[in-house]
Amino acid sequence: MGVDRTATKRVRGSLLAAAQGLALALLALTASIVLFVLTVVSLALIPIGVGVLTTPYLLDLVRAHATSRRRLAAEWAGMEIPVPYRRLPADARTGFVGHVERLNLMLKDPATWRDLRWLLTDMTAGAVTAVLAPGLLVEGLFGILLFAGLWTVLGDWWYAFIPVQGWGSAFLASLLGLVWIAVGLLFNPYLVRAHFAVARASLAPTGKARLDARIDQLTESRHDAVDASAAELRRIERDLHDGAQARLVAMGMDLGTIEALVEKDPAKAKQLLAQARQNSADALTELRDLVRGIHPPVLAERGLGDAVKALALRLPVPTDVDVTLPGRLGEPVESAAYFAVSEVLTNAVKHAGAERIWVDVHHADGHLRISVTDNGQGGARIGAGSGLAGVERRLGTFDGVLAVSSPAGGPTMVTMEIPCAYS
Amino acid sequence: MRVLLAEDLFLLRDGLVRMLEAYDFEVVAAVESGPELTKAFAELTPDVAICDVRLPPSHTDEGLQCALAARKVRPGLPVLILSQHVEQLYARELLADGNGGIGYLLKDRVFDAEQFIDAVRRVAAGGTAMDPQVIQQLLARRQSDRPLGGLTPRELEVLELMAQGRSNAAIAGQLFITERAIAKHTSNIFAKLDLPVSDDDNRRVLAVIAYLDQGR
Repeated sequence: MGVDRTATKRVRGSLLAAAQGLALALLALTASIVLFVLTVVSLALIPIGVGVLTTPYLLDLVRAHATSRRRLAAEWAGMEIPVPYRRLPADARTGFVGHVERLNLMLKDPATWRDLRWLLTDMTAGAVTAVLAPGLLVEGLFGILLFAGLWTVLGDWWYAFIPVQGWGSAFLASLLGLVWIAVGLLFNPYLVRAHFAVARASLAPTGKARLDARIDQLTESRHDAVDASAAELRRIERDLHDGAQARLVAMGMDLGTIEALVEKDPAKAKQLLAQARQNSADALTELRDLVRGIHPPVLAERGLGDAVKALALRLPVPTDVDVTLPGRLGEPVESAAYFAVSEVLTNAVKHAGAERIWVDVHHADGHLRISVTDNGQGGARIGAGSGLAGVERRLGTFDGVLAVSSPAGGPTMVTMEIPCAYS
Repeated sequence: MRVLLAEDLFLLRDGLVRMLEAYDFEVVAAVESGPELTKAFAELTPDVAICDVRLPPSHTDEGLQCALAARKVRPGLPVLILSQHVEQLYARELLADGNGGIGYLLKDRVFDAEQFIDAVRRVAAGGTAMDPQVIQQLLARRQSDRPLGGLTPRELEVLELMAQGRSNAAIAGQLFITERAIAKHTSNIFAKLDLPVSDDDNRRVLAVIAYLDQGR
């Protein structure tokens, strides 16, 4: 029974692989050939100008074609082929100038040329490996048909290496056909895998491309981090300058006046003393708020879990906080995570009009995972200028990621994940 | 009255010692770190301890933890916690054992010596001294969540001062009304909030704070 079931499964898998192989072969022999020819012609026409217009569109088509093959590799063979293209600058120009710039960038991207190489291998080696899968079954069936009498119709016929001239040689052909079918049933899924392996050799990013992409990403996140910390220092400087510092100046001035007045006009001196005390109290309050914005005291004293709990207690919306963290995490990660949660909670209260919020903080598989769910109106997006984009940037410095699920009408769920270990 | 003081900043420690001595307290020890505080709690028998939350060597919440540990050994040991910031989270932890003799104030409150000394005496006598900021946060949240229906503005004012741990006499003094009027306000508040009436000042405070903090 068990053997039967695995056998059926194998036959079904092999038939499916044959169908997939047929589809892949058709794609390789049509789309790949057409795109290759058109692209080469278009590239050749660049010197006379026509190619400048057509090439970017054709390369877009090539990329779409290549990416659809990457997707099929994942769906049909469970083979991940990462997309290697360099990102185009976000502030790309429009119109003809932008068009030419785009062409320039695409031509400089090694992935473009590797795509073209893939088109060549796809229409040859790719097509052969793909067509073998259905081909083995069809050819095997043909051999059996020859023995069934077809040879009498066809006359002299070479079946592979067997000249079929009578029932004897037709019988041999049918045996060979059975061998083909057996080989097909056994190896079809591997042939499809082989096809995708051929594709991967050209379509996957090279080690260098992978490193380049990583460097680009690190450069960008480092820029963001430096920008953010510079802006932060500027804000702190301004707050101190306009706040506590100014109040201390006023206090010193008041004290000077008091010194002069204390004998002449004790009543006025007493009034100024009260003012000076008020100034010192206000300076303290401002410093306290500033400190909270730089590094919240509870975070320093108790770590992320209690800091988030204390934060939740300050919110006007009932908030359930569930923390499972057996120890302290690194301070930079704690701080980034805290401010990320703080921003998300502020959004939930301010924009979503939530009536209840749930926060879950835990550590698993070397990652800090935080989710914030609210029952507000939803519709939150990671758009330019939104607080969530800032959170994403902040987490990016730590290779952390942010995901938002917020259908219109709610609920909103924001999840954050930062790779980190216990300190 | 014998006071144990724990504060790591020299200027503030020195100032507090002078202030306390000026008001006839006896400072039995003025320590500057967590381990020293633990030792002092074990060896001395102060009537009240005044502790900074953050102490060396870890500069986390060592002072708070030492004080909570000492209160486990001697339930009801009067402790006044000072901090640069106040958090409801810490207030809850301090009040959790329900024994009274707890103070939790911002360091700024030492600016007003009279009120600060009053708070120290209150805590030493087994009462409560909660920072106005803690109470305001509690009230603000409570109001946005489920308003304290039916309380007049004056009653809210009395409730706020009562939650800080003030006695009827002190509230009367601050609001410039008679103690009898305050007594009437408080009984109205207890009736409207459906809280059990108690003559004991401290039980009263704890009941009010618990009421404000519930449902979260």
